[in-house]
Amino acid sequence: MRITTWIKHLCILTTSTAFCALGADVTVVGESGPGKERPVWVSISGVSGEALQVLQLDLYVQGFNFTNSEAAQYLINGRANGNFQANAVDKYGKRTVVSHAYSGESLRRQVHQFADDFVSALPELKRKPICRTKIAFKGESRPNSEIFVADFDGHNAQSVTKDGSIVAAPGWVSGRMALYYTSYKLNHADILYHNLSSGERKMFARYGGSNMSPAPSPDGSKVAMILSKDGWTDLYVQSAGGGSPVRLTKSPQDESSPCWSPDSQWICFASKEGERRALRKISAAGGQPHAINTGGLPNPTEPDWSPDNKWIAFTSQTRSGFQICVVGADGKDPTGLEVEGEDPSWAPNSRTLIFARRTGDGYILSLLDAPTKQVKDVSRISGSNSQSQPSWAK
Amino acid sequence: MKVIKFANLLAFAIAISLGPVGCAHKPPPVTKFDDQGRPITGSGADQTAGSAGKLDTDSGISKSAGTEGIAMGNGHPGWPEDREALKADTIHFEYDSAVVKPAEHSKVTAVADYLKSNPSNAVKVEGHCDERGTDEYNRSLGERRAQAIRAELVKVGVDATRVDTVSFGRDRPVDTVHSDAAHRKNRRGEFVVLTPPK
Repeated sequence: MRITTWIKHLCILTTSTAFCALGADVTVVGESGPGKERPVWVSISGVSGEALQVLQLDLYVQGFNFTNSEAAQYLINGRANGNFQANAVDKYGKRTVVSHAYSGESLRRQVHQFADDFVSALPELKRKPICRTKIAFKGESRPNSEIFVADFDGHNAQSVTKDGSIVAAPGWVSGRMALYYTSYKLNHADILYHNLSSGERKMFARYGGSNMSPAPSPDGSKVAMILSKDGWTDLYVQSAGGGSPVRLTKSPQDESSPCWSPDSQWICFASKEGERRALRKISAAGGQPHAINTGGLPNPTEPDWSPDNKWIAFTSQTRSGFQICVVGADGKDPTGLEVEGEDPSWAPNSRTLIFARRTGDGYILSLLDAPTKQVKDVSRISGSNSQSQPSWAK
Repeated sequence: MKVIKFANLLAFAIAISLGPVGCAHKPPPVTKFDDQGRPITGSGADQTAGSAGKLDTDSGISKSAGTEGIAMGNGHPGWPEDREALKADTIHFEYDSAVVKPAEHSKVTAVADYLKSNPSNAVKVEGHCDERGTDEYNRSLGERRAQAIRAELVKVGVDATRVDTVSFGRDRPVDTVHSDAAHRKNRRGEFVVLTPPK
């Protein structure tokens, strides 16, 4: 019965989007979409301390929530005696979903692996696992900042630059341990390519003026960026192998924060329609930009296109602050998630977002499950006053 | 000749610049970083020379700002900076605006006069923003401020190739207090004098 519903959903999706097979978030019951879903109820027994903290965060930011064994659909029972072992039972389906004992690496990673195994074993939810993924972000110790790479929950953070300068806007190369980012190390805003496995860095763009906001295309072939080499801040695209940048916009207005559609055909960016700030998209091959409707959500910037091609997350700015918002990639249903924050970046599951939230004097990173609006801060980096501009590895 | 010298300078700048990267834990899929720093290597230097090092002659320089931007030249990488000489001429902007206000034009003239009296020097205009507005939006806005100041300098007769620009967005406030007064101070364009390397 449940399976039938799921297959029906899947068929509808298949006709409407080409990317349905890649981690579409199909819910079994009720409405789906940002801000519209209810959590899936889980009970956890036998686990405490660090293992419990890790497991709860992992599940909470993927749309699960916690209750007692009577009210839960899934019952997780585990044990952490140095190593982690656990099983999960689907009470409705009357089956053991997953049962494993783990060893090696660290307890944290063992629990992450269990969370991934659990989520992967729930075909009715169709969710991609995310708990062993990485994020990159800008960590600030004023007046300087460095690029950091960490587990998705902020743990095991390492600075991958130690330049004692300013960095900005890290962007992952899809499927590779490599980043593009802006560096001010040479007294200029340059875009660097950084291979994280070898430590090798290459100058990617060092044109006159500022070289900003690099965004590698999901197929790895191109980089979109904002350059001012021709006197205005416009959108350009350049082959990842080098060569000359191709100018896609020509306007005295600002363009900023490009991102790519998952098929690498479109670039969405922040711009203006007349006097109003707006999101637009343009073919990576050039042509006329198209407006993306963001409804009554003012001053949209920092778009990020979900890997399943269904959503574009962005930041809306009002007099009082910043809000994380989501709109369908086709411009349908612009929705404010009523979460204060900036610069959202999608997880591979196309439902969890990481974003930066102002607090006191700086920023901290936070995770948001868009469908349920469940939010949890990630751990801070010691010795740095601010963490912002997160980019989720996909 | 000039180009060779420039390339040498760049190679030097790059060689001294990029410090060590972090060192690694082991377990996959954690990145293995080198214990030692790796400089920007290989095509880095070439690419630098090929992009910034190449004269942008065919894009030409339009002085009729309004329908075209004014193309950037090579810049002046490696030129020593003097942040004091034109400190008094910092130009301030309205919220979310890249328009140089009439009241600020006397500073533009002062900078143009300085460049006339010091014909071998160049100037870098640094665009900055207040904390309102998102990171990369502000980075673009800061660059538009720097470009607007550059266009004003060109209007009063300064050669565009003598004016570099860079945007720091909201990364380098002069006042970190969250107040209107601080915001006013932070929305600015600073002039940094560049002197030819000895």
